[in-house]
Amino acid sequence: MDLLRLAAVGSVDDGKSTLIGRLLHDTKQLFDDQLAAVAQASARQGTHAVDLSFVTDGLRAEREQGITIDVAYRYAATPTRKLVIADCPGHVQYTRNMATGASNADVALVVVDARRGLRDQTRRHTCIAALLGVRHLVVAANKMDLVDWQPRPYHQVIEDMAALADALAIETVTVVPVSALHGDNVAVSSSNAPWYGGPTILDALESVPLRPATGGRERPTRLPVQWVLRQPGGGRAYAGMVSGGALAPGDPVVVLPGGRRASITSVTVADRVLAEAPAGLSVAVELDTDLDVSRGDLLAGPVDLPSVTEHLEATVCWFAEGPLHAGADYRVKHTTRVVPGRVVAVAGRLDVRSLALEPCAQLDENDIGTVSLALSEPLVVDDYRENRVTGSFVLIDPATNATVAAGMIGPFHLGPTGTTPAPG
Amino acid sequence: MTETLDRPLEHPAGVLPYGAHARGVDHLDLLEAHAIFVMREVAAECRAPVLLCSGGKDSAVLLRLAEKAFRPGRFPFPVLHVDTGHNFPEVIAFRDRRLHELGERLIVASVQASIDQGRVADPGACGSRNRLQSVALLDAIDEHRFDACFGGARRDEDKARAKERVLSFRDDRGRWDPKRQRPELWHLYSGQLLPGEHLRAFPLSDWTELDVWQYVAREAIDLPSIYFAHSRRVIERDGMLLAVSPWVQPRPGERVSEQTVRFRTVGDATCTGAVASEASTLEQIIAETAASRISERGATRADDRFSESAMEDRKREGYF
Repeated sequence: MDLLRLAAVGSVDDGKSTLIGRLLHDTKQLFDDQLAAVAQASARQGTHAVDLSFVTDGLRAEREQGITIDVAYRYAATPTRKLVIADCPGHVQYTRNMATGASNADVALVVVDARRGLRDQTRRHTCIAALLGVRHLVVAANKMDLVDWQPRPYHQVIEDMAALADALAIETVTVVPVSALHGDNVAVSSSNAPWYGGPTILDALESVPLRPATGGRERPTRLPVQWVLRQPGGGRAYAGMVSGGALAPGDPVVVLPGGRRASITSVTVADRVLAEAPAGLSVAVELDTDLDVSRGDLLAGPVDLPSVTEHLEATVCWFAEGPLHAGADYRVKHTTRVVPGRVVAVAGRLDVRSLALEPCAQLDENDIGTVSLALSEPLVVDDYRENRVTGSFVLIDPATNATVAAGMIGPFHLGPTGTTPAPG
Repeated sequence: MTETLDRPLEHPAGVLPYGAHARGVDHLDLLEAHAIFVMREVAAECRAPVLLCSGGKDSAVLLRLAEKAFRPGRFPFPVLHVDTGHNFPEVIAFRDRRLHELGERLIVASVQASIDQGRVADPGACGSRNRLQSVALLDAIDEHRFDACFGGARRDEDKARAKERVLSFRDDRGRWDPKRQRPELWHLYSGQLLPGEHLRAFPLSDWTELDVWQYVAREAIDLPSIYFAHSRRVIERDGMLLAVSPWVQPRPGERVSEQTVRFRTVGDATCTGAVASEASTLEQIIAETAASRISERGATRADDRFSESAMEDRKREGYF
């Protein structure tokens, strides 16, 4: 069975939690006792019908306020796919939680209130999802029952979303007219929209092409070393998750940042010997040469080597309440290495309406912008668009240990690979 | 992942392809890989981790994953059982057998000791000690200066758990604050702590009950016998089948009957219910799990029935 990770995003009150609740309900993923609890909670809040948003709004404060504060993870399975669903909060205040939910997603399920169309927050979320590497959108034009299933608002959502997706280098967009409240076109086709002949939300999620990610032998090999295992015979094995390409016995590797070379002699998961380990597996490898390799080092294939650098240009999502400005010191966690770093410059801030980068001196909470960082030790990095693992980092406030920023390495880039960046 | 490998797999003699799907990676492979990654990351970043083991199926899976993460070395942490004293003997036998096989160190934190020391009030011979586990756990964390506890909690178990990060930070009294969770992006888990804080790490966060059973079958993981259908004397109480034991005795009007049951979860014997079931093999249990209409905790845990926020409230007090 395949694993598809999806993030439900969009503005507050457009109906994300209700849509996820509906999706789970109509695919029989809700247990009878969970449904009974939802019905009870709905009654207590004075809601007339069963409010399916209570399925994912699991915190007391969320049910009281009728909003989603933090990501809820829910699980569903179709005959071919296990779905890991991150229901993300819509409020600007909780953008960091939305980014948490979207960072590992293969597809974004964007929920739009068809009456209101795309809002700033819809654009911000879609933009963050795209920056984080999501290349497929399934868009629910929701609350179609409230516009009497007229096709015009639906077509407006298509038009606006297509323009946004173009600017963000999204590969596929499927817009579905739905009523999450009543279940039209969520898992079951609706007769309310005879003018619509496309897929339901569930159909669309089942047919999203899975991310080729960083797997496959044609991709550059990356193994960040997490842990060194001592072998009974006195040798050592280097453990970590394959984060690019695939590893097999006989493959030559370069140990970075040092640059020494060796060949892989074995790839194992505990007592199981593998002929080949594709990206995504946690393995241990042995080398034919006795080298000094420790946590934080990276094993790379000999072609398409990553950069070893003490200087990063990156796009960051800023999460802290206070501003980010030049001169501030943070810890940078990148793969399995943590190094001190200083913000050298804040170059620009993204305007989510125009998608243009405007010059600025600092980033405020929930801003997306570009920065340069000076590191006190080198990191072994790729461009984020080439590799989500070796191209990403977080900034940690050394005083509080709070994670204050998500960073994507490389020049700011929203458009398709190979075209001129900086739209607007 | 549907991506298949580009080159044909030619295996040297004796080298097997990964898993049953020689040319692909399935959801269990990815869940396993992520769990191993989390365990190695926490072991590397934290000073004194410990693995919590109830003797149930989720901790049996955790122990198997720890082998995958750290063998041929020893686990870089001991194993801790928070013992309510209200145990199923089969579970304690399993715990001791498994730890002996692994050759790893077991620490037992006893709720009875907390009661004897006056740290918590005795709920009485037949009262549930489930909630009291938080005190014994926090005392053990203090005594051994643990800074990270691996637990087998899964997000599909409960709506508050569904909101919890893989690394869940707790203050000096073990309390979870759902509004102050750290953003957890990509696979960048930050295990850095302030003095007095500790963290709970949940490598099985994205696993469902069905995933656990499929993995148990795939890996031929040993489990306590009470997970499989067997004949047992039970009392029906609050819609649950409670096993008759020294701590669970019929109240006036209740009837003891002999039924064929199995357990879906393992916890304090006073609040863990059995389900009527004839499923005695892993295949039958997987089929039954896939078709179940009642959630795992809903069917078996009296402690979650008190209120809509039962789990959130316990977590705010330091529960697992």
